[in-house]
Amino acid sequence: MKNAFPAYRPLALAVLAAAVLAMVPLIGPRAMVQDLFGILCLLVLALNWNMLAGFAGLVSVGQQAFVGIGAYTMFAAVILFGLDPLAGVLLGGLVAMALAVPVACFVFRLNGAYFAIGTWVAAEIARLGLGQWKALGGGTGTSLPKGTTRDMLGVGSVKEWLGVSSAAASDILLYWLALGLVLATLAASWAFLRSRLGLGLQAIRDNAMAARAVGVDPVRLKALVFLLTAFGTGLCGGLLFIQITRITPDAAFSLLDWTAFVLFVVVIGGIGTLPGPIVGVVLFYALERLLSDYGSAYLIVLGLFGIAVMLFARRGLWGSLSGRTGLELLPLGHRAPDPASAVRP
Amino acid sequence: MFSLDTIVQGLLLGGLYALFAAGLSLVFGIMRLVNLAHGDLIVLGAYLILGLGTATGMSPFAAALIAMPLMFALGWLLQTRLLNRVLGEDILPPLLVTSGLSVVIQNGLLAAFTADSRKLAAGPVEAASVAVGPVQMGVMPAMTLATAVAVILGLNLLFYRTALGRAFRATSDDAVTAQLMGIRPQRIFAMATGIALVVAAIAALYLGTRANFDPSIGPARLLYAFEAVIIGGLGSLWGTLAGGVVIGLAQTMGAAINPEWQILAGHVAFVLILMVRPRGLFPRAID
Repeated sequence: MKNAFPAYRPLALAVLAAAVLAMVPLIGPRAMVQDLFGILCLLVLALNWNMLAGFAGLVSVGQQAFVGIGAYTMFAAVILFGLDPLAGVLLGGLVAMALAVPVACFVFRLNGAYFAIGTWVAAEIARLGLGQWKALGGGTGTSLPKGTTRDMLGVGSVKEWLGVSSAAASDILLYWLALGLVLATLAASWAFLRSRLGLGLQAIRDNAMAARAVGVDPVRLKALVFLLTAFGTGLCGGLLFIQITRITPDAAFSLLDWTAFVLFVVVIGGIGTLPGPIVGVVLFYALERLLSDYGSAYLIVLGLFGIAVMLFARRGLWGSLSGRTGLELLPLGHRAPDPASAVRP
Repeated sequence: MFSLDTIVQGLLLGGLYALFAAGLSLVFGIMRLVNLAHGDLIVLGAYLILGLGTATGMSPFAAALIAMPLMFALGWLLQTRLLNRVLGEDILPPLLVTSGLSVVIQNGLLAAFTADSRKLAAGPVEAASVAVGPVQMGVMPAMTLATAVAVILGLNLLFYRTALGRAFRATSDDAVTAQLMGIRPQRIFAMATGIALVVAAIAALYLGTRANFDPSIGPARLLYAFEAVIIGGLGSLWGTLAGGVVIGLAQTMGAAINPEWQILAGHVAFVLILMVRPRGLFPRAID
């Protein structure tokens, strides 16, 4: 099938979209910047979960573990060691990745449904364990010290440059960081999936037996994806909780906020495609705005919508659209080698 | 190190968890369906019993008897209209559908009954206790464990002594070959989910009389139930009872050391057992 878009078009589109999003804080109100920050973070989580479940076949329902670990590491870095929150975010990603190793040692022994439940139990153990950390408030949690975000690296320059208050400057800075994290995750996912490793991963997903026969090691590849997504998810957790400024074990390890919503976003948009989570997050945002006045009705509609997608459009909105029209943004396919050049006498 | 009392309380708590898990074990064993809404369906059952009780003034035990056929019908409908369409090799579609269902049930109950916690009033039996040797045993917890054993016994008789049970086992082992023998898996699945929800109604009775409940408590109960099923081994109902008892014992022992460690101890026990035996203690079927 011929690609409807030449290769440079999606790139141009992505650059344009990123540029527009980057300019939002310059023109939009502060509430909008805060809202969009939340949405961008949700997108980071969705892109990571999509890599896990959509490409590596690892259906985890315990990714809130890494959000919480990233967030708690950031808090520990600020409160106990007096580090800059942004250094704390980076540390959060690294600690999440390090703790993903023992988690993987446990859950990789389990298959399918057992794997899913195993990840959930691991997240609960992390939640209950961190609830015992009295220096960070134990079960009732704690807040970032006053002025932490005001003194954060880069807030001063943003404040001077745009002539806004410290609070607004920190919102803007966090927003840009979230946008940067989205773009980095997207670029890294695309590069990874187009690489030799990514090809191996998709080969395992399509036919594990055949992939092993040509020398692809499924466990090593899946473990690599598990660790890398733990890093991305941990970074996102740290970033999220700088803006929230208050942490409790229940909020940091929320199954609903950091995994269930993410699952809906990815599946509704189209699992196993790169643009899918983006479509899903846009729809999620639209639904939230539309139904925000109706309280719990919003969640009921979201649940029903997810069920309907599974019944009638299994590949999600983006998957169905691209399946019908042949439209591909961020295509992952490779051109087959030219037989004339491959065969040498 | 642990008093006899702690161990008895753990056993009794294990009975409750086994009741939560029995229906799940049946469904999981027969069709490998991960029903993330099972905990919320138990909570739904508790509200059903509460509603029937308030409407007619009868005791929760009588109301549960009426709730059981209603829950069976709900399970049958759920399976034939919804879950049968998403079952397959891929575990994600049923996972997503049942998690959507979980969100819908939780928020539906929230809208209908508010977030206030409720309780089923069972009368004087709630506070009654008997002395068994040196240990004081609550009558309700003892009834819970006895009911759990009876339910597992009943399900096992159904599973190994009846034509329906043979069909259950055949479908669990190999659905395609079972079909060649004239079994319709879709009907078998609907029966299984119906029966699972009857057990859920029984579990709801004991959940509601034991402690307060509100619309949000389903998922935590679901996790204990899943742990019991997995510790017990896929397709083994006695294993599920053993799994429930393991979680119950671990939780009361953890709580005896430090009250904050109760839930954590249950999860840690789960991880330790799975590290040694990744397929659980008594697996009957192969995943």
